Amino acid sequence: MTVAAELVARVEAGDRRALARLITWIEDDDPRAHAALAGLYPRTGRAHIVGVTGAPGTGKSTLVSALAAEERKRGRTVGIISIDPTSPFTGGALLGDRIRMMEHIADRGVFMRSMASRGSVGGLSVSTSDAVRALDAFGCDVVFVETVGAGQAEIDIVRTAHSVIVIEAPGLGDEIQAFKAGILEIADVFVVNKADREGADKTANALKVMLDVGNTMKQRRGDGPARVAAPSAAEAGHHGAREGNFPAEVYAPTTDATEWRPPILKTVAAERRGVIEVVDALDAHWRHLRESGAITQRERERVEDEVRQLLGRTLTRRCVEGGGLERYAALVDAVTARALDPRGAVEALIGAWVAQRKEAG
Amino acid sequence: MTETKKIRVLIAKPGLDGHDRGAKVVARALRDAGMEVIYTGLRQTPEMIVEAALQEDVDCIGLSILSNAHGALFPRIVELLTGEGRNDILLFAGGIFPDEDVPEIKRLGFRGVFGPGSDTRDIAAFIRTEIAARGPVRG
Repeated sequence: MTVAAELVARVEAGDRRALARLITWIEDDDPRAHAALAGLYPRTGRAHIVGVTGAPGTGKSTLVSALAAEERKRGRTVGIISIDPTSPFTGGALLGDRIRMMEHIADRGVFMRSMASRGSVGGLSVSTSDAVRALDAFGCDVVFVETVGAGQAEIDIVRTAHSVIVIEAPGLGDEIQAFKAGILEIADVFVVNKADREGADKTANALKVMLDVGNTMKQRRGDGPARVAAPSAAEAGHHGAREGNFPAEVYAPTTDATEWRPPILKTVAAERRGVIEVVDALDAHWRHLRESGAITQRERERVEDEVRQLLGRTLTRRCVEGGGLERYAALVDAVTARALDPRGAVEALIGAWVAQRKEAG
Repeated sequence: MTETKKIRVLIAKPGLDGHDRGAKVVARALRDAGMEVIYTGLRQTPEMIVEAALQEDVDCIGLSILSNAHGALFPRIVELLTGEGRNDILLFAGGIFPDEDVPEIKRLGFRGVFGPGSDTRDIAAFIRTEIAARGPVRG
């Protein structure tokens, strides 16, 4: 049996060490990970993948830990991937999300892994997807992917999830800040955490207003149907229900893929308040995706995105390494010296690779 | 292309110590030395530390103790790691240890013991040297 095949067998048998090693190989972009993932692929596609993002200090890790506890109460196994930034100056990373998740450490139904964002552009979302898939194949019913919502890379990552939670907290400054990053559009569930603090209602209301404006604009533009929401049952029939503390949301069953309005929920994650409602919302969204058929479209978009990214990475590697690194360096030198333009260098690299393939074939 | 294989280190505080300044300084220094450092926080049991090391698949564990409980906690951690088949993980200790205990700590398998006044650069260099001596990592 090959190393990869042995690892596949061990992951399938529920060996935590094998799963941990597989994720290490994924992070290292080790060819053994590619082989193992190919073996595990047929076993994936079962888990509900939940992305969690928000500004630093909003309480992402604490919320994820609380959500994991609630998921466990509902009899589900949980995988958690927490991503923290790699320092661009030293290449090192301090991964501290575990501090808030140690309550689950003795529970074999929870597997948590810290990942550093490392350097490679586009590489992070690929390795995150692979790590999620490893947890999925391992048998996790729910996989949380937690990351700071600070830039395009993070948004790309959470976009690979089925359901996305965007966390806000009161008192972090101008609410408009949050919407500049474009994370409003990716949320399926909004959480205003630290809701016992002053300003929580204001933050929730600001989200609601922005959401209403966004929806109107989307409808006018005729953008992607999956995100255009009709008024929810809560709004139609239970107006004002959201104004109180931690009210119950109403999720009307729907077969219309267009009909999901992201609820705005308040939590105090550190005290486990409002957490049941967030898991209810996740369950409702997951049900909505499957019953409306939106899951098929989302899954296809996700797969296409991944194939495209992998294609880019793989071709880049083959073209750069295939012609020899000296040749690559010489072309970069030529561009620097203005003897060649960047696109000319790319054409030369691709041309050399194609010629090499023809010779070999 | 940049080097992708990173040294992953778990910094943990077993036992009931109430402060972790030293552990945080070391964690920060190792990050600045280009390593990926997972910090668990205070008051961890040996079981918690070993499980975290397992899930994070670390190359190295640094344990910080100030309370003189190493005599009970270190052997337990080594025993649990051995039970999980992970006694390949590099171990080092930091904190306050009586001189006469250091040989016993080393005998347990701790390759480095760093007391007060240690230079964090020495700790980083120690980890690099030890990991390099172990040959290709993550086989």
